[in-house]
Parts: sequence; structure tokens; C-alpha cells
Amino acid sequence: MADNTTPKTVDSLLDTEKTFKDRVTYFGRFLWRDRSGVIGLIVFLIVVFAAVFAPMITDQSPLDQDLRSSKMPPAWQEEGDWAHPFGTDSLGKDIFSRVLYGARVSLMVGLFGVLIAGTLGMIVGAIAGYAGGRLDAAIMSGVNLILSLPYLLFVVFIAAVLGRSLLNVILIFGITDAPIFARVTRGEVLRIRESGYVESAVSAGARWPRILFDHILPNLLGPLITLATFEMSRMIFYEAGLGFLGLSVPPNEYPTWGNMLAAGRKYMTSYPWMASFPGLAIMFTSLGMNLLGDWLRDVLDPRMRRSRK
Amino acid sequence: MAKILEVKDLVTKFYTLDGVVNAVNGVSFDLEEGETLAIVGESGSGKSVTMMSLLGLIPMPPGKIEGGTAHFTGVGGRHDLLQMTPEELREVRGGQIGFVFQDPISTLNPILTIGEQIAETLTRHKGMTKDEARKHTIKLLGQVGIPDPELRYKAYPFQFSGGMRQRVVIAIAIACTPQIIIADEPTTALDVTVQAQIVELFKQLREALDVAVIWITHDLGVVAGIAERVLVMYGGRPAEIASVDDLYERPQHPYTLGLLGALPRLDARESKRLVSIQGAPPDLLLPLQHCPFAWRCDFAFERCWQEIPSLITVGERHETSCFYDLEKGAPRDV
Amino acid sequence: MHRYLFSKLAQSLLLLFGVLFLVFMMVRVTGDPAALMMPRESSPEQIEAFREELGFNDPLMTQFGRFIVEAIQGDFGNSLHFKTPALPLVVERLGATVELAVAGLLMAMIFGIPIGLIGGFTPGGLTDNIGRFIALMGQSIPNFWLGLMMILYFGVELGWFPTFGRDTWHSVVMPAFVLGLPVLGQIVRLTRSAVLEIRGEDFIRTAHSKGLEPKTIYTKHVLRNVAIPLVSVIGVQFGYMLGGSIYIEAIFSWPGMGGLLEQSIGWRDFPLVQAIAVFTSVIVLALNIVTDMAYSIIDPRIRYGR
Repeated sequence: MADNTTPKTVDSLLDTEKTFKDRVTYFGRFLWRDRSGVIGLIVFLIVVFAAVFAPMITDQSPLDQDLRSSKMPPAWQEEGDWAHPFGTDSLGKDIFSRVLYGARVSLMVGLFGVLIAGTLGMIVGAIAGYAGGRLDAAIMSGVNLILSLPYLLFVVFIAAVLGRSLLNVILIFGITDAPIFARVTRGEVLRIRESGYVESAVSAGARWPRILFDHILPNLLGPLITLATFEMSRMIFYEAGLGFLGLSVPPNEYPTWGNMLAAGRKYMTSYPWMASFPGLAIMFTSLGMNLLGDWLRDVLDPRMRRSRK
Repeated sequence: MAKILEVKDLVTKFYTLDGVVNAVNGVSFDLEEGETLAIVGESGSGKSVTMMSLLGLIPMPPGKIEGGTAHFTGVGGRHDLLQMTPEELREVRGGQIGFVFQDPISTLNPILTIGEQIAETLTRHKGMTKDEARKHTIKLLGQVGIPDPELRYKAYPFQFSGGMRQRVVIAIAIACTPQIIIADEPTTALDVTVQAQIVELFKQLREALDVAVIWITHDLGVVAGIAERVLVMYGGRPAEIASVDDLYERPQHPYTLGLLGALPRLDARESKRLVSIQGAPPDLLLPLQHCPFAWRCDFAFERCWQEIPSLITVGERHETSCFYDLEKGAPRDV
Repeated sequence: MHRYLFSKLAQSLLLLFGVLFLVFMMVRVTGDPAALMMPRESSPEQIEAFREELGFNDPLMTQFGRFIVEAIQGDFGNSLHFKTPALPLVVERLGATVELAVAGLLMAMIFGIPIGLIGGFTPGGLTDNIGRFIALMGQSIPNFWLGLMMILYFGVELGWFPTFGRDTWHSVVMPAFVLGLPVLGQIVRLTRSAVLEIRGEDFIRTAHSKGLEPKTIYTKHVLRNVAIPLVSVIGVQFGYMLGGSIYIEAIFSWPGMGGLLEQSIGWRDFPLVQAIAVFTSVIVLALNIVTDMAYSIIDPRIRYGR
């Protein structure tokens, strides 16, 4: 127990032996406090795992049609079969494997979409924030133009024009989402510019690359990673939406959750599982990523860090 | 002179996730009618918390008042503030005790006119109609030195400068002719020239209204300008209470000595190094078991580490909580 | 104040010009808008004839000029599917979409604001946790899928609500709910965080120090400040709902602009798609101006042109 009569020395503070049990309890408490973030991370990892290891998890191919076993219900219902745990669709394709392989598309769209949008947006936003003045105003009005329009409308419009392919979808999202990254980056760059430490680094003689990497980038990374998580979740959403309208990857090339929903929509009343499972997959992924994003936001915000300890 | 506030052994603690913060560890002082008392101390000394806990202005979880009495003699007689119900306290706040806070831009509601913000105390405590309140507010604005009060009534806080905003805050404080004004670092956020104006304003108002003032600050220079008596706090304890003259001429507590020595003076003949008090502020998370200043005190001896010194009288209305007699240069025999 | 309004209007017109440009370019980005609009099996001669008819062979600048001039007059050509002028087809569908969006917004506000308020005043409490859960769900559940599920259970199995069309007031309940759910989530989150933030502000401490009644402090000081960001968010969300109702309208066969969009995409009826895009943008831009005006009325700092 600490007492006030003996002066504290540094040695005495280091005296406490951390047993293994202490470490486990400390870690456990950390997990519990941030349990929602941990859940989000686990969900995300499950999705990644499913996507990457799909061929090993299921031996069914997502593209094989087998009209004899078409329209089978999930395994736990009558007429179901554990060979097709989630049942089959109207052409006999196994839904479980399609959900797993569909995760690949969703993740790719999300990941690359965010990479493109993030890179583009970051460059544009950084230029705007750093240059200031008229260039900033010009860039930002362009950004605001794109942001103030009904996003969905234009995504759909563009997708309709460009035609169906995975690359198109990624490009569309990458470009249309860049403004959001631009705006956030610009805001952060402005904030960093205003705060004193860049000035003090410069006056202490630091050179530009060092300032960029030691001071500016670390502060940008936090909000941008958080934003990237949310936007990735949104892109998975929107891809599904496009697929639903038949504007995403054509269903015979590749299963995506969106086009599974579109296909299943017709059979909603008689064979509801065809649309239910992809929808659940989307929800599951979205939920996990939103939880993760919320947690990241709390953890990476330097102001919050102090009060969280 | 009659005493209007008698605080005895106030203890306030905050129960936080990091532990129990012993913010106020037994503070006692008196305030007479029309008297100006300055409460001086560093950040963390407990000077703000003391006054805020008396009036129920600290967040009650995690804050908790664990001891003491605070008898306020107001319009309804002599009552213990710490025993009052929230409704009773609400009558006192604003109506009999007014407040001036530190940073006038954040103290005022940005989307209400300043006239409205002053008038609402009048309608609340004096039962005035909106029209009466408006007229009275305009008078108040004139009193605190705001030009064109009829026009300014409808203005918003962002349209004023810092000094003007603080005048508005003062107008709110004096609106219901309170017995006490509690000013918590009212000039700290202002420019030095504006500071002087505000201090002047206070002096005028206390003359005109015969109101007692408790001026909380860390700036001893301001104290000399406005206070009649001073309470020096350290580590949540009262270090010394005295009249301003006594404090400056015969400080009895080593902390006071340190504070005075740290004051830069314009009339210093030779350039003297500013004496800073060695050491760091006390850790309020640890329960107090001895004199909080012992770590940093040049005169500490064994007794200082074993007991908490209580206030002892060392002159006329001059008390200190120290076991060492600075004038004699030896421990006291108390 | 007027200067602010004027500059907003000018900005919006500029934005609108940008939209027209975007819409114009999009159709031509594949190089051959005629081929885009004709059914895939058309012969090259048919495509060429079509191209002549719609003036796609003229220089680009001429086309653009013509496009702008006609757009201002409301002429977007004829719908390829209906063979009648495009814009009136869109406008007649406006009412249904607005009805849906309004219903969704009302639902979101009526439930969202109180939950958010309670959550802000009692953080960590039961209502707060429920509210945050709803917000998370609203953000994570794909609304098109939810629509399908709800049709299945509430419409078909339980038969409580009609599953398509716009007949009785019952018809609007499910689509409005699905459309408004994410907005509900946003409103709950925003209200909650605004309340929490404002409660911690110094001027609330001042209000307490004046001895004001708690009721007065909540309404006059806290809520009025909460209203500021809330108005902004509501305006934006309403714009999103107007522009983003395509899925809901498609699923519930709701006769609004979104449903028309889905159909016209299927028909490759690009004049109609263009008309919808431009018209919706105009409405959203107008809405933004209205929201800005409302915002400036509530927040005096904006009004006096800081």
C-alpha cells in the first residue's frame, strides 16, 4: 500500500512483480472494456477467413449448377441436406459456398475501393488543406458538389452506363468515395497546420520528409483508418445494392452477395432462404465493421486516449 | 461586522475510476458582510472546488461532500448550505449568491441575447415581468459600463469583446443584489489592461452594493489590488488566513513565504532571481496523513510528517496551519 | 443575411451546372451513346439512324449547348420506353416519393429524437443502450434486404400490411420504416452526442449557477443548442432519402421516382434516367438551401455573417 511518509523512489515503483496471472487479468479487463471493438474485430476476421479459406471450408463449387438439387432448403429443415448447409438456389448452386466466395468479392470491392478512394482523396485533400487560399476553395467546391448530390443515384447511373464488371464497380466506388476522404484529410491537415507543433518542428530545424513522416502522417492516419473502416462497410453495402439491381458482376461469372439477393428476390415467398443468407452475411459483415470502426475511432483519437488509459 | 458565511471543516472528495481524489481536506474560514476575501492557491489546491461544493455546483457523482458545515446568513436566516435541499439551494444561487466565472465566451450561451441571459435571473428570483426585467437589465448594463445598453440588450455574446462579455457576466451576478459574489478567476482569461478595468469595476460595485466578494485566483498581484483578507490554500487545506497587510508583512506559513518570494516586483532594486518553490504539487489521490506541504517545505521537521496541522491563531484574525514558527525560527509549542 | 442567401443560391446554380455536365458526360463516356440506348440486338443501321435522330453526330460543344438550353426549359427528350416527354413522367412521380420520404423522416424523428435525448441525459442507462443498439442496426442492416424480410413476415405471413403499391395509409408504413431506419439511427446518435457535449459546456454551469429551474435549463439552454446540428442533419438525411429511395421503391413497388429509375435502367431508357438524375438533384439542392436557411435562423452566429 502506498503511504505518504517515505519519499517515493523510482526503484520502488519497479518493484512490483507482474505475475502471469496479473497479465492475464489485465488483458482480460482490456478485452472486456473494449468488448464491442473486439467483437467487431473478430467478426471482421471471420469474414476474411471465410473469404480466404473458402475452398477449404466447403468442397462445393459456387458456380456448379445441378438442376436436380435445385431449390433445396437449408440443412436443418426437411428435404435439406448437410451437403448443402444453406440450401441451393434455383439453378442448384450451393448457397453456402456462394456466400463464402461472395465474401471475396465484397472484401475486394471494399478493400480496393477504399484504397483508391483513400489515396485519391488524401492527395487532393492534403493539397487543398496545405495550399489554402483559392486552390483550396476551388478544390473544396468541387468536393462539395459531389458530396451534396444524391450519391446513390449517381452510383447507379454510372454503373448503368459503364456496364457490369468487378473492375467498374471498384472504380466507381473508388472515385465517388474519394471526396469524403478528401474532406476529412483537408480538415486534419488544416488542424495540424494550425496547431503549433509543425511550426516548432520547423523552427527546431527539422527537414521536410521528417516533418511529414513523424508529425503529419501519424496524425492523419488515425482518422483516416477509422474513416476507411466505415467506408469499406459502406462499399460492401452499396455493392450489394448494385448487385440487387443487376448492375454489379454478372451472376454467372462470380457470386456476389448483391446478385444473390437479386436472384433470390423472385423466390422470396416460396424459398426465402435464397435471399436471407446473403442478406445476413451483409448484415454480419457490416455490423462487425461498424463496431470495429467505432472502437477504432475511440482508440485512435488522441484526445480520448488520455481519459481511457 | 456580522458574519454572513461560516465554513467549518469542509471535506469534499471525488470518487473516480482512478481512485478517490481528496480535493478539499478540511477547510474553514469566515466571511463578514461586505468583506472581500481572496482565495489563493495553485491549480489543484481546492480553491474552486471549495466554493462550488458549497453551492451544489460540483457533479455529485463522482463528487461527494463528506463533512463540515457552511452557515450562510441570508434573507431567510442562518442556514447550513450543506444541509439544504436542491430546491433551497436553487433559491440561493443567483438570488443571494452570484457567480462570475473565468472565461466569458464559454460562460455565456452563444445563441441567446445577453439581455435575455441577464433578464432570466430577474424573472426567476425577483418575479419580474418580462418588461420590468428588460428595463432593469438595461439599467444593469449601464451600471457595469456597457455603452448603449438599449441597443446592446439584443446583442449576442459573440458580438462583444472579452472585457465587455465579462461585464455582462458581472451584470448577471449582481442582478438580484446578492449578498455574496463568488468570482472564480474572473480576470485570468483577459488581457492585462482589461483585467485592471474589471478589478476597478468590482471595486465600484462593491462600494455601491455593499456586497461581499470571494475572489478566487492564483495571481497574488490581483489580490493586492482588491482583497481585504486572504485565504491561502494548499493541497486541499487552508495554509493561512489573514488580512492582506498581515499576509504580506508577516506571513506565517512557509508556502505563503514561497508565493511571495516568487512574485516579480517592479520595485526590486537589484535584479533578484525569482524564487520558485521546489518540488511538485501533491498527489490528491493519496489520503492525507500529514501536512501536505511537507515535501516542499524548507522548515519541515518530524512532527510535520506525523500529523495534519490544524489552524491556529497567530494574530488578530490571522490563522495558519503550520507547526513551525517562522518568526521565532523554531517549532511552535502548541 | 441576404448576402448569405444570395451566395448560397449562386453556389447552387454552379452545382447544378456541374450536375448537368456530369449527366451529359456520363452517357457519352462509353463513346457511343446511341449504342448504349438501343437494344443490344439492333443493327448498325438502326443505331446510326438513332444517332442522327438524337443529334449525337454533332460536335460535342453543340450537343452540350443544346442540352443545357433544353434542360432549362425542362426538355429532356422523349422517354425511349414510353415515347412521351421524359420530364413530366418524372414529375408526376414526385408526390409519391415525397410522401414516402416524409413518412420515413417523421418516423425517424418521432422515435429518434426522444431516444437520443434520453440517452444524452442518462448515458449508460437502459434507453441509451437500446438507442445505441438501434443506431448500430440501422447502419448495418441493408435496407433492401430488410424490406424483403419485412414483406415476408409482416406482409405475407402475418398479413398486417400490404406488400406493394400505394393504396391505403397502411401501404406506406413498411416502406417508410425501412427507408427511415438508418436515419433513425443517425438522429439518435447525433442527438445523444449533442446533448452530452452541450451539458458539459460552461454556459450550462452558468445556468445552474443562476439557480434556474432544471426544466428551464433543459429547454432553453440545452435543447435550443441541440437543435442546431439536428436541423442540419435532418435536412441532409431528408435529401438522402429523396435521392436514395430506389431500393425501397423497387421492392415495395412504390410508384415514386426511385421505382421509375430502377425500371428505366432495366429498359436502358437513358433520356428518362437523365431526367430523373437532374430533377432529383435540383430538388436536393433546393432542399440544401432551405436547410441552410433554417440553420441560419436558429444559429444567430451565422445570421450576422461571421
